[in-house]
Amino acid sequence: MTDLQEVQQLLLRLCSVTGTPGEEALAAAVVRQEWEAIWPDVPIETDGMGNVTAALGNRQAARQVLLDAHLDQIGLVVTGIDDHGFLRIAPCGGVDRRVLPGSSVTVYGQETRRGIVCCLPPHLVEGGADKVSPVDQMYVDLGMDEQEAKALVSLGDRISLQAEPRLLLGSRITAAGLDNRAGVAALLRCAQLLKQKTLRYGVTFLFSSREETGCEGAQTAAYQAAPTEAVMVDVSFASQPGVPTAKSGKLGEGVMIGMAPSLDKDMTKTMKRLAQEQGIPYQMEIMGGKTGTNADVIGVTRTGVKTALLSIPQRYMHTTAEVVDLADVERVAQLLAAYLLEEGGNLDGRL
Amino acid sequence: MADYNVLEQLCSLYGISGNEEAVRERILQEITPYATTVEVDALGNIIAFKKGEQPAKTKLMLSAHMDEVGLIITDITDEGLLKFATVGGIDKRILCGKQVWINGHYGVIGGKPIHLMKGDEREKAVPVEELSIDIGAGSKEEAEQAVSLGDVAGFVSAFDQEGAMIRGRALDDRVGCAILIGLMKRNLPYDITFVFCVQEEIGLRGARTAAYAVKPQAAIVVESTTAADIAGLEKGNEVCCLGDGPVVPFMDRSTIYDREYYQLAFALAEKENIPCQTKRAIAGGNDAGAIHVSRGGVRTISVSLPCRYLHAPMGMIAKDDFHAAEKLVWSLALHIAGNQTL
Repeated sequence: MTDLQEVQQLLLRLCSVTGTPGEEALAAAVVRQEWEAIWPDVPIETDGMGNVTAALGNRQAARQVLLDAHLDQIGLVVTGIDDHGFLRIAPCGGVDRRVLPGSSVTVYGQETRRGIVCCLPPHLVEGGADKVSPVDQMYVDLGMDEQEAKALVSLGDRISLQAEPRLLLGSRITAAGLDNRAGVAALLRCAQLLKQKTLRYGVTFLFSSREETGCEGAQTAAYQAAPTEAVMVDVSFASQPGVPTAKSGKLGEGVMIGMAPSLDKDMTKTMKRLAQEQGIPYQMEIMGGKTGTNADVIGVTRTGVKTALLSIPQRYMHTTAEVVDLADVERVAQLLAAYLLEEGGNLDGRL
Repeated sequence: MADYNVLEQLCSLYGISGNEEAVRERILQEITPYATTVEVDALGNIIAFKKGEQPAKTKLMLSAHMDEVGLIITDITDEGLLKFATVGGIDKRILCGKQVWINGHYGVIGGKPIHLMKGDEREKAVPVEELSIDIGAGSKEEAEQAVSLGDVAGFVSAFDQEGAMIRGRALDDRVGCAILIGLMKRNLPYDITFVFCVQEEIGLRGARTAAYAVKPQAAIVVESTTAADIAGLEKGNEVCCLGDGPVVPFMDRSTIYDREYYQLAFALAEKENIPCQTKRAIAGGNDAGAIHVSRGGVRTISVSLPCRYLHAPMGMIAKDDFHAAEKLVWSLALHIAGNQTL
């Protein structure tokens, strides 16, 4: 298998399950499996917030690096069941309401069931065709009456937006939840690249929960890990219709290295230099303040943590049509590994 | 009995208006062993005649349409994105974020990230002109190797028959096709002509030529129709309800239906204990609009399945309605072809 095929298969496995904020267990189980296949002797644990962590290298060393990719994805939560069995819903994370009407969804009740987000028939649309209702005025149709629906579904149950992963032309792929399974895949690939390598310091791999609702998972996990530096991997905007080029990277053209007042300048420079030295395609992503990622909260953990941000360019973020290029995922993994191995890493095969 | 497997197979095929080939091939395979004669006309309609035990007293045509709504590629941008127009009536609000299938390739209809929207963008449907299909091409040249202008795209969604409902793509009007196929497999007391029409969704075009060719005295159009018995609407707007039986309309935007046949349908439903409802709004239309004014006029009735989310990626019908519709069409056909009244 080539590297790209390997990433493709990994990402397909990661996207085959859902994990809405606070309910990441299914996604976490897949991550554990993947981790155990790579590092069978290194324990991987889930904490009370749903964060999944595993530590490599020397946990006693002064230098402690945290690598983070959030595990959760946007979804919906059931807030009510009406007297005809339709589910009332609210967003769980920043759901784009424009993609909801007519969408297939999966409802995670006692058992999982498919549903459809109600959309108005055309003859009743007259005049209102430009308006998309707020999510709290939308409903999910399970094709059940009230009694059946109530037996199966409880308030607080989660709903995932369904879109089977599909391979597109070239090395591009679409799936719901590529934000941020693409980042999770990059971390796991990096863990693979570290096999047979030695790290004289500690590296904690964090697959964090609840990013989409406000980075709560990363906040507590970073406190727990107490790192001296951290590298976040997330997706960021790729150029597409309607997105200004100044605010976007290009799909397939390499790692987006984040540069922002809230990120550490030296780490960012190192990332850039390593990408140049190793011939890893990259592009700079400049932000004016915070980054809108876990880097914002991890940076202010305890007495402060130096942070860097690597992003995978993605189109159509927070819709069911997210698209990334597998080559960019692999490049993030390569750059992360290069960063970890540069100082204090050597090739003698011991941990 | 109407067959879910046939329906599932028909719903797995694409047949965007004007591109009904795959659906037609499948239907021909299914019906040819049972038909006395089968022909495909210039537009692509299937016209299948089946001899019964005796000639019909009223020459009857049963009709369903093979085509479905979809998208047609109108341009390819320098970046390799596909611009499109809709084929048939699609609510633009259901397009953004959906997967499509085109020429054996998958694509997505992308939307701007919510994080970068300004003002009221979040609550507005994106106009079709601003949407495009992304098949992963990095350039116009790469896209052109996979797709040509004029190619059509359809929605992607799985068929599923869990519980009391059937969910799937293109139930409008593969349910009608499946019911007609089921009836053709029976022994017929009277001669009947079955037509499977093209181009309903773009203006009832196939049915017009099929009706001219068949020259029937009476017609039953087997269709699916909008059910608005969904949450978020004020009561009284349902039009028809899933599970209350097939819909026999007295009037819609294309047709005033034959009054006697309308009454016959309800009388038969009552006598044979088949649930049946009428359409409680003058909305929509179907091939009856073309058929009832064919040549010197054709006495026409329509039996439709209530379907939620018509013309969206995934519709929903009730299994009970599917069976009840088949029963009612059969009973109506025998009474009309045999000139029987109640």
